[in-house]
Amino acid sequence: MSAARQMVLAESVHKSYGRLEVLRGVDLAVGTGQVVCLVGPSGSGKSTFLRCINHLEKIQAGRLWVDGELVGYRQQGDRLYELRESEVARKRAEIGMVFQHFNLFGHMTALQNVVEAPTHVKGIRREKAVARAKEVLERVGLGDKLSSYPSQLSGGQQQRVAIARALAMDPKLMLFDEPTSALDPELVGDVLQVMRDLALSGMTMVVVTHEMGFAREVADKVVFMDGGVIVESGSPADVLAAPKHERTRAFLSKVL
Amino acid sequence: MAAPAGSPPAGGSPAGGPPAEAITAVPVRHPGRWIAAAIVVALAFVVIRSMATNPRFEWSVVGDFLFSSRIIDGLIVTLYLTAIAMVIGILLGILLAVMRLSPNPMVSGASGFYIWLFRGTPVLVQLLFWNFISAVYPTIDFGLVSFEANSLITPLVAAILGLGLNEGAYMAEIVRAGILSVDEGQGEAASALGMTRLQTMRRIVLPQAMRVIVPPTGNETISMLKTSSLASVIALTELLYAGQLIYSANYKQIPLLITVSIWYLVATTVLSIGQYYLERRFGRGAKREQKQTPLQRLRRILIPTHVRPEDVQTGGGG
Repeated sequence: MSAARQMVLAESVHKSYGRLEVLRGVDLAVGTGQVVCLVGPSGSGKSTFLRCINHLEKIQAGRLWVDGELVGYRQQGDRLYELRESEVARKRAEIGMVFQHFNLFGHMTALQNVVEAPTHVKGIRREKAVARAKEVLERVGLGDKLSSYPSQLSGGQQQRVAIARALAMDPKLMLFDEPTSALDPELVGDVLQVMRDLALSGMTMVVVTHEMGFAREVADKVVFMDGGVIVESGSPADVLAAPKHERTRAFLSKVL
Repeated sequence: MAAPAGSPPAGGSPAGGPPAEAITAVPVRHPGRWIAAAIVVALAFVVIRSMATNPRFEWSVVGDFLFSSRIIDGLIVTLYLTAIAMVIGILLGILLAVMRLSPNPMVSGASGFYIWLFRGTPVLVQLLFWNFISAVYPTIDFGLVSFEANSLITPLVAAILGLGLNEGAYMAEIVRAGILSVDEGQGEAASALGMTRLQTMRRIVLPQAMRVIVPPTGNETISMLKTSSLASVIALTELLYAGQLIYSANYKQIPLLITVSIWYLVATTVLSIGQYYLERRFGRGAKREQKQTPLQRLRRILIPTHVRPEDVQTGGGG
């Protein structure tokens, strides 16, 4: 298995809720430093797959590795052992995640949101964590909003705080679940700019998105999913400009 | 841009015209309000006159005992008992609610059983039960030390146990509703950051559940203040029993019950005011506009401020 050189490696990943099969054998490799965009119609399983990567969802068949380690399990010989909650949590702490609806902690200021996990999960000293939090909030252009509560921020600002919150944990991989889908059109640009800068800095990113412009410009690989499987994947030029499959063409003709 | 033909004869440019004419209209009359007010005043007059002139109310006795040390001592026991029982109830309620939502079926089941048992039996029965616990367990053994149940379980301890443990079951349901009211995404975001279930509960979910938990908890406190009078049946000299002890000697039942009722009303009124401001505080941000407090409304009624036409902002650019 050449799992070592890939940040994310999925082999025939299956996931179902009861009798509803959401993922029906997903194979994907994301190299370190790569940006991969998952596109496709809603219900195609792309968000579910993203959530499997940090074990927010359990997979029922197949194998999923992050940075060479199995997600959610430990293998000894040919036996799999489920990881304890604390072990799962420790692995999640190394993966940043950004949600469609931001999910900022409503009772905390922007700064407190960003400081929370470094101090309480990683045990970093408070002064150090605050300094680092100010740095990442500055980086996403919100250095002047440290003491604002989420309800006092626009959607675009909230999402940038959410990105800063993930970045403050120094993740080796960032997952974005439709980060701009809940935003007013004029606020999308700021968030995409932050993500673009992040990609340029070499962060490994898996992005579920409907922003084809972003995918074309930033992605190393575009993956088109439909019906719980990957229909086609490749460079943005191949998949977005010259799709081979009829389903990809049909989808793109609707969103472009 | 010229005003289109047929526009109102106000004249002027559409942007930033002259000050608008203030509305002076005859307000709608409300004869029903006057009739209702007359009926209420008449009824109040009859009731108050009867209470004031009927000598058997013995208001002078009420006055004699209102601030007597035995009644005040009873009031202090009532307040103390209410506070301790609520503290036990809230802490126990949080514990039971978190247990109830645990993925471990034994833990969740144990909490469910507790709630079923303590909500399903009258609190009066529970108080009596704790009072007579020495009949079942004559000595209470903590391994190294053991106590005579009769000396350990005084009426006060029995009342604290009875009211507190019963309250825990009710608070558990209130806290559980509060926890469930917090958006699932909050827990997910916390998990994604690597927080454990307990960390997430303590740092993220419970603080945000407070907005839903606080108002009914205030209600429970007011309710507890009155329910604590049940402890009179196990001979704890709280407010009601203090009054009962006095009237069992002087046979002035009605004046002493009025005395006791006045103190209950004073205490619940103070708690209600506290609850009102607490709710306002925790409701901030949830509503677009804060309603005025009664004090603010009173001030507005006493000092009317009419909007004068010259205060009306003229629209458009300046």
